[in-house]
Amino acid sequence: MEKILELKEISKKFGNFQANKNISFDLYKGEILTILGENGAGKSTLMNIITGFYRSDDGEIYVNGKKVTLTSPKDAIKHGIGMVHQHFMLVKNLTVFENLLVALKDKRFIINKNRYANIFLNIFKKFNLNIDLDLPLWKLSIGEQQWIEIIKLLINDCQILILDEPTTLLTPQETEFLFKFLFELKKEGKSIIFISHKIKEVMEVSDRIVILKKGEVVSILNKEDFNENRISHLMVGTVLKNKYDKDVKPSDDLLLEISNLYAKNDKGLADLQDFNLVVRKSEILGIAGISGNGQKALAEVLTGLKDPYKGKISLNGIDITYGTARQKYIHGIAHIPEDRKAMGIAPDLTVEENLILKNFKDKELGGILLNRKNINRYANDLVEKFNIQYGVKNAPVRLLSGGNIQKVIIARELSENPTILVALYPTRGLDIGSQEFIHQTIIEHQKKGMSTIYISEDLDELFKISDRIAVIFRGKNMGYFEPDNVDKKTIGKMMGGIIKDD
Amino acid sequence: MLDIIIDTTIRAGTPILYATIGAIIMEKSGIINLGIEGLMLIGALSGFYFTFITNSLLIGFLAAILLSAAAGSIHGILTTYLKANQIVSGLALTMFGTGITAMLGKSMVGENIRGLERINTVKDIPFLSPVLNQDIMVYISILLLLLIHFFLYRTTIGLNLRTVGENPYAADNAGINVHLYRLFAVVIGSGIVGLGGAYLSLVYTPLWIENMSAGRGWIAVALVIFSNWDVRKALIGSYLFGGIAANQLRLQAMGTNIPVQILQSLPYLFTILVLIISSLKNDSTKQNQPESLGNPYDREDRV
Ligand SMILES: Nc1ncnc2c1ncn2[C@@H]1O[C@H](COP(=O)(O)OP(=O)(O)OP(=O)(O)O)[C@@H](O)[C@H]1O
Ligand SMILES: [Mg+2]
Repeated sequence: MEKILELKEISKKFGNFQANKNISFDLYKGEILTILGENGAGKSTLMNIITGFYRSDDGEIYVNGKKVTLTSPKDAIKHGIGMVHQHFMLVKNLTVFENLLVALKDKRFIINKNRYANIFLNIFKKFNLNIDLDLPLWKLSIGEQQWIEIIKLLINDCQILILDEPTTLLTPQETEFLFKFLFELKKEGKSIIFISHKIKEVMEVSDRIVILKKGEVVSILNKEDFNENRISHLMVGTVLKNKYDKDVKPSDDLLLEISNLYAKNDKGLADLQDFNLVVRKSEILGIAGISGNGQKALAEVLTGLKDPYKGKISLNGIDITYGTARQKYIHGIAHIPEDRKAMGIAPDLTVEENLILKNFKDKELGGILLNRKNINRYANDLVEKFNIQYGVKNAPVRLLSGGNIQKVIIARELSENPTILVALYPTRGLDIGSQEFIHQTIIEHQKKGMSTIYISEDLDELFKISDRIAVIFRGKNMGYFEPDNVDKKTIGKMMGGIIKDD
Repeated sequence: MLDIIIDTTIRAGTPILYATIGAIIMEKSGIINLGIEGLMLIGALSGFYFTFITNSLLIGFLAAILLSAAAGSIHGILTTYLKANQIVSGLALTMFGTGITAMLGKSMVGENIRGLERINTVKDIPFLSPVLNQDIMVYISILLLLLIHFFLYRTTIGLNLRTVGENPYAADNAGINVHLYRLFAVVIGSGIVGLGGAYLSLVYTPLWIENMSAGRGWIAVALVIFSNWDVRKALIGSYLFGGIAANQLRLQAMGTNIPVQILQSLPYLFTILVLIISSLKNDSTKQNQPESLGNPYDREDRV
């Protein structure tokens, strides 16, 4: 087999922090190579080195057998290397059309809109996408933004395609569309580097797997050598369970009751329509559904970001739909938002500062003046407990790896022992070890009486953690199930709107 | 009477228009330039000086473009490749421009040149003749404005430039040389600002007077914001401001009961008012301020 890309002894430091250390491996023509590794293992860093964004401190890169120096993304493009970035390279204030056009390699000086629009719409069709080219990018859902980031890569003819967690924000169907396309590219002889934390996907697409740990390659597996158990063993040291044995049961008392609720959604996604839901005390209620069926509206109504226009929400039997009762309720709620960079963190503040955003008024930590010593102690506890990988100390939180940003949010949201947690796809982008840890932490809090509304489209995860699962479809609750008494197939069908099982 | 007002408005607005267009180009690339006032002075003096010694207005205008572009390139290099603070560097440029023109311009004070003349084609048609009887630089400014608008929104290089100003990471990722684009934008923008300065010393009042831009550069900086980074609105803003400022002087000279302070604040009040109204009418969700305006670009500093 022909080698198209060879990495030799690549190393990279940020300050004192060694993000990549002596990394060597090859990429062959026509293969899909997956990079696996914990959050903060250095996957994105390495990919950024290959695309010329970061300069490596040491090491050599060969493309087609020739040594290359990649001093800028432009160099990488010249060598046929393109990448879907985990942190999107999109321009919020430009239209979808303009975002795609900027990325297109060969184009004329004067912009001929129709000509290029046709090219883009043809690709949209391939993936069943219905996105208006004239919308400014910020108006798209993050799932749609992910697609634009992917399509920016696909409109150019690249030899080496790098996809850094492209599926984290996609629905399972969308993921299948993408994979089908990747297999076609592979057949054409293109080479692909793929990154994902979803083991099932990794099993499906990979020809080989490189496992990174703390910036170093720990093993390279061939197709015949890997299976789910082996991988999870290599990643986290244990084999993953299908279901947690919880020693806690939800109480019979109702906590939250939503009846006949209607709420609008901004972007043409499904509204909540006559939505009903009952959450019991210290229960983990899973909400299964394909993203875009009203989950976001539900989370926003529950966390106070949006008001319903009809219907009723009550907490412990007291109406909290509007007014001061609602304000008070909102105050005590914990929220893990979907778009974590836009809503979950203050990107330029440090990890410590982000961790205390919710309780900086606490006497111990501050009040009027911040008490840095106590804040550090408090934050260090959380950092240790949640295994947040810092990199450089006192760096702004935006420099953390994607998964670690998510951990900062979760740590902060759970730090005040809330009674209700609304979690919107909380384990997206987390490595399998961290996913386990988040699940365990939520179960810990369940023991202390917290109820969780756990919105996800990953059935494996919902079956593992939920006491009950409700299915949401086109803004309606389709019914409740106990994970023990139903199979994933039935739920999967209901998520697609099929009620009767035949 | 109305004809005179229109005429005054156009002539007083044109130097501000040049300065504002120049500033918009720079800001579209993500660079704030508080050195506009200094650049205008450099343009004014070099225009005057070279016209004086060569007797050619064309050489004067060209010299104004070149020398202010050269002065602007210092700001450009400092704020891109050297990642200097844009505010500090811009303020320094204004101080530099003010100081050096005061010093080098001493010998030019009191000298005379023949200023640029009007093209005088149409006689005595109300409203139309003050519009058609201007000098060529007025029409060039309008042409330039249209050209730049076309360039920014209808060409790929213009799109690249806007991308650089919005999200340099995305631009870099697409193979666009961020620093080079920014530097070019600052150099070209500075040259256009210099033309605005030269209009003052070669057309408006064909003289060199120390500090003759008299704050117009600062007005241009503000007009960039009020015109929401749109060169077409910059035209409205510049004419409004320049027009009211010049015409209120006329009013003062004629003697009125209105206190001078109120008259003097009129251009500011009107300009703000009109531009606020015009931006209300537009799609209010359309954000035109370049998102990375003022931020130095460092590839390894993650977005
Ligand atoms: N530009 C930067 N400046 C400083 N530190 C950085 C920078 N980029 C990455 N890091 C640090 O390097 C480490 C590795 O980050 P990287 O993004 O490569 O991880 P990752 O393997 O992609 O993780 P994830 O699965 O969460 O995306 C992290 O600790 C991160 O904080
Ligand atoms: Mg990453």
